[in-house]
Amino acid sequence: MMKLYDYILSPSCYKVRLMAALTGVKLDLRAVDFHPGLEHRGPELLALNPAGSIPILEDGDLLLTESSAMLVYLAAKAAPDWLAGSDAQEAARVQQWLSFSGRLTASLGGARLHEMLLRPGDIDALRASGIAALRELELGLVEQAERGQNFLAANRPTVADIACFPYVALAPDGGVPLDPYPAIRLWSRRLRSLPGFIEMPGIHRLHELKPEPQLETGEA
Amino acid sequence: MIVGPMLDEWYPVGIFGQLDEAGRKTMLMGEPIVVARNGNGDARVTDSTGRSLPVRVRYGHVWTSLGDPQKELFAIPEADQPGRRFVDVGVVRVRCSPLRAVENFLDIAHFPFVHTDILGAEPHTEVQAYKVEIREDVDEVWATQVQFYQPQAAKSASGGITTQYMYRVAGPTSTVLYKTCPPKPSEWDVITLFVQPLTEDLCDVWPWMALFDDDTPMTDLIHFQQTIFLQDRSILENQVPRLLPLDPGMEMPTRADLTSVAYRRWLKRHNFTYGAQLVAQ
Repeated sequence: MMKLYDYILSPSCYKVRLMAALTGVKLDLRAVDFHPGLEHRGPELLALNPAGSIPILEDGDLLLTESSAMLVYLAAKAAPDWLAGSDAQEAARVQQWLSFSGRLTASLGGARLHEMLLRPGDIDALRASGIAALRELELGLVEQAERGQNFLAANRPTVADIACFPYVALAPDGGVPLDPYPAIRLWSRRLRSLPGFIEMPGIHRLHELKPEPQLETGEA
Repeated sequence: MIVGPMLDEWYPVGIFGQLDEAGRKTMLMGEPIVVARNGNGDARVTDSTGRSLPVRVRYGHVWTSLGDPQKELFAIPEADQPGRRFVDVGVVRVRCSPLRAVENFLDIAHFPFVHTDILGAEPHTEVQAYKVEIREDVDEVWATQVQFYQPQAAKSASGGITTQYMYRVAGPTSTVLYKTCPPKPSEWDVITLFVQPLTEDLCDVWPWMALFDDDTPMTDLIHFQQTIFLQDRSILENQVPRLLPLDPGMEMPTRADLTSVAYRRWLKRHNFTYGAQLVAQ
């Protein structure tokens, strides 16, 4: 079984857990005491990943330390539909948003760590670059809608959506509201309604809607 | 800002085991403070003028006060009981009133909706009748005979159980929960929420636990509690009004809110109003 060095509150680790859940892959989770223990900076994990970051994914002799690569690996093994198809533009868009997701981690992720777990950082600069990234994402989704496509790179969810979703959905944790972005909110709702979707703290599941009430008619 | 009688109370300001000589620069009710470990290994807390503040090291944390505490730091006898494991869950900052953080911890009714499939699940949403009192001898709020159906009450629980709870407010921003201990039914697990008021609408929260559980790895115990608290955090940051209302105004409490009602009444009685809204707006 693939082994994931995991932290329940890490959006990057959640990307991998979510992708595995959506594609029916079982993971062996190894909990890392990121906070307050800083275990990811300890000798055991630094030996696996000199960058000192999590997640880390092990599968036999394959060792991955970049979450986008983990998403691609899970999809390639279990659900190739989640990868780009043969269309050149679609393939480019998947790569575009996979790379873009690093900006979300650096900005919104940094703001969240600062505001929630007291990690150092320039909060105003982090939020400003986070908002710039959210605007770019909003525009990207609007353009996709004009092409008749419901997700970031295609008319089906791909690894690009999973790479971008967690840090966006958790932006309010860092004091960056999502109210100004209707396309992002709709996209988030679509992702949360996918079969097999799992939540993490701060990302709530969609509660089943109650049946419509029986409305009285005829009375003026 | 006039802090009032809350100035003389004890507050958590750091995990003792994580202190170093450089110190942790932080804040207590608007006042910048430094929490450090001195050369002898003792905790020292100083304010912005360099004045040393009173210090206690208990329950894994350093406690201090900006004023002149008339009462000793509250007792948790279970902290000295052999066989328990003590869990420093780690700080989480929340943009909310410190009093709201405590009040949310005292609430049961939100479990099925916020802690779905862990501390509660639909359709088991009923909060059965329980008892609440302000114990005059110790001057604490207690809620007893609380019970609730929980799919996964603790990391050590292997399935759904009806969990017994007792809640205790031991200080204006310190609360202790006693809860059914799945592996040792004759004892209570102790789960606390220690809240450091930074300002009236910003706090650092230090959860701490004293559990009977010899099997679960420490990291899993920490993550279980962090999961629960981080599910609360986004709710707390969106509560309106930001300060805890002590004047009921338009609010209409229900039976399930008895603990909260007693907590607010107790705060009002002591004029513990830092983080509170006195007149409904």
